[in-house]
Amino acid sequence: MLFKRCLSFVAMATFSLSALAWEPTGKVECIAPADPGGGWDFTCRSVGNVLQDLDLVPGTVQTTNMAGAGGGVAFAHTISKRNEDNTLLVAASTATTTRLAQKQFPGMNADMVTWVGALGADYGVIAVGKDSKYQDLKQLMAAVKENPRSVKFAGGSARGGWDHLKVLITAKAAGADKLPSIPYLSYNNGGEALTQVVGGQVDAFTGDISEATGFLKSGDIRILAVLADERLPGDLGDIPTAKEQGIDAVGPNWRGFYMPKGASDEAKAYWTDAINTVYDSDEWKKVMKQNGLIPFHPPAGEFDAFVHKQVKDIADLSREIGLLK
Amino acid sequence: METLQFLMDGFAVALTPTNLMFALFGAFIGTLIGALPGLGPANGVAILIPLAFTLGLPPETAMILLTSVYAGAMYGGRISSILLNIPGDEPAMMTCLDGYPMAQKGKAAEALAMSAIASFAGSLIGTIGLILLAPALAKFALTFGPAEYFALFMLAFATLGGITGKNPMKTVIAAVIGLMISTVGIDIATGTQRYTFGILKLYEGIDFILAIVGLFAISELLFFIEERAGAGRKMIKVGKLMLRPKEIIAAVPTMFRGGVLGFIAGVLPGAGASLGSFISYTLEKQYLGKKGHFGEGDPRGVAAPEAGNNGASSGALVPMLTLGVPGSGTTAVLLAMLISLNVTPGPLMFTQNADIVWGVIAALLIGNVILLLLNIPMVGFFVKLLSVPPMYLLPMVTMVAFVGIYSISHSTFDLYFMIAFGVAGYILRKLEIPMVPIILGMLLGPEMEKNLGHALVISDGDWSILWASPLALGLWIVAGLGLILPYIVGPLLRKRMRAAIKEEPTSD
Repeated sequence: MLFKRCLSFVAMATFSLSALAWEPTGKVECIAPADPGGGWDFTCRSVGNVLQDLDLVPGTVQTTNMAGAGGGVAFAHTISKRNEDNTLLVAASTATTTRLAQKQFPGMNADMVTWVGALGADYGVIAVGKDSKYQDLKQLMAAVKENPRSVKFAGGSARGGWDHLKVLITAKAAGADKLPSIPYLSYNNGGEALTQVVGGQVDAFTGDISEATGFLKSGDIRILAVLADERLPGDLGDIPTAKEQGIDAVGPNWRGFYMPKGASDEAKAYWTDAINTVYDSDEWKKVMKQNGLIPFHPPAGEFDAFVHKQVKDIADLSREIGLLK
Repeated sequence: METLQFLMDGFAVALTPTNLMFALFGAFIGTLIGALPGLGPANGVAILIPLAFTLGLPPETAMILLTSVYAGAMYGGRISSILLNIPGDEPAMMTCLDGYPMAQKGKAAEALAMSAIASFAGSLIGTIGLILLAPALAKFALTFGPAEYFALFMLAFATLGGITGKNPMKTVIAAVIGLMISTVGIDIATGTQRYTFGILKLYEGIDFILAIVGLFAISELLFFIEERAGAGRKMIKVGKLMLRPKEIIAAVPTMFRGGVLGFIAGVLPGAGASLGSFISYTLEKQYLGKKGHFGEGDPRGVAAPEAGNNGASSGALVPMLTLGVPGSGTTAVLLAMLISLNVTPGPLMFTQNADIVWGVIAALLIGNVILLLLNIPMVGFFVKLLSVPPMYLLPMVTMVAFVGIYSISHSTFDLYFMIAFGVAGYILRKLEIPMVPIILGMLLGPEMEKNLGHALVISDGDWSILWASPLALGLWIVAGLGLILPYIVGPLLRKRMRAAIKEEPTSD
């Protein structure tokens, strides 16, 4: 142990001599704002491993689980207690921006932290049961436009949550009005919502592609569209995008990080670079493939703007359906 | 024969060394918990939940551990019934009737062995019933829409008072407390926060694992401190086992009838194991009539209720696994555990989490063999453990509870919550308000609300959808019966249960 510590001290000393830029020293921590096993936990642990494999951190990255308020507890903790910490990353996703947009973190907003970067995404899909009369997204949206109450959607998030928003984004892009009248049934998770669609009680499913692949393989559902800019890689390439069908709707559930606002500029630059390096590495490509993540990586400098735009878009939509005053 | 294939896969999961070890450990601890008077299976499982989290067990291992504890507790309950004439848990009440007289006649070893074999037979029948019935019911459950689910949850609440609830008013109060707790947090139907008072920690609602460990385990500790601190108990000596194969064979038909009746009683929501053992005993008594000498130490009087309550314990898993509606208090606790492990019980579980479902079912079968092996040669050991003063057990349970809850979320806030629930549980139990309806309220309340909301969205606000389908209507009728019948039949049954125990000549 002591020997190892000496070694790493020597290694660090040589490093700081060779490079003038800021380097993390001591413990690097990644907060997963949820219980072990979820998406945020996965983001911290898998990125932590790759950071370590690429020697971008001294030693290991320690993952801390801090569940509560859908990420709100961790967000508050970062702002109030860790604002000047240079070696803290916090896992985030579209769920974080959704809650920020809907003011679910009281007294807090997206400007209070620094958005580091994203390393992949899970794209939204709209699907129907195999016996449904709707063959493509256009038909489905035509029905919604004609009578917003005619198509009932089921998803795994709360009303106003990301799965619900994807329906609204798509319907809006298709030119439907009366968005608040579109029925949305919220279930505890995507799987439960899918059962109801397969069982025929609900007309259409809204969720992420990762939730739908099991039922797609068994032939129980038909995915009408994926809400991505381009077709997905691999087997999923058969699924048409919404854009191809003339409906300009995109719904990436990205996975990435934010860090404390008060961290030094050098540290911020270091972590942005580190995330870029991880994203480009073969190790990360393997992780993405194994876990069904799809490429998504706004270039450095644009991520912050992307987050703010997403927050604004979601806030507008939420206002439109009366969720936000 | 698809089922057989799944079962084989289940055995592959259950037979890994780790899972086998936890099944053995669970069976052992469960027997001990069942044997300790007052500590029932629901409390036993609740106490072990934090351990599963402390050790960071994967879902299938955690469930195998807890179901083994459950099965073990059902076995263990009989030990103190026979030796002390105090039922280790409620379902073992009927075992006192013939078990204690046998022990007084110096046949304690025989009574223990006979009841162990009967428990095994009952569990085996129940588990086979579970294997046959559950997948079929799971397929059928796919046709359930929100209206049917709402009616089903109503049914679960209606039968809640059940046969064993003593004071219907207190049962209702308990259920309402549970429902009220369940409304804290984000309302998924509207996306608004309810009763969170701007406290971030409350935004995701109150974790029912906290409530369960607090209400059952912590309050149990407080009770132990109050009542049983100090020395262990004296009990009847267990002599040498002199059970002849002829006697076992003579009791086989009894075990079979008991197991089947128990399983049926277990499948019905709300009834559970106590009813299973009661029905098995009384029907067996009537069936054999003068041919038996029930109440005076007839081995079949031990075999019938034990087969019954073990059959019922497997039966109670059927509605829990297939519909997500628990059939008894203990299965409610198991259901909460499943949800905490991110597994949604219900029809989907049989396809999406096949390894967990079938691993647990296979573990039940293996657990039964383990339990039989544990309970015949090692019965003397359990008897000795019964006389260990609780003061040595308490600190361990307390430590495990605290470490376990902390390891779920790393939040001290949760620990305070757990202690608050423990104190509340202590007070509520002093007031004789039952705990199980609180848990059921917390578990089923949000589901019921969600399904009502969904049904109304689908029907565009037309309430008649709730009883529009024949299936929903049927469930409503059963719910109505479940609500009314206990008040007619319940007092009668309880009176007979009490009378049966009182007329027992040798009891004190």
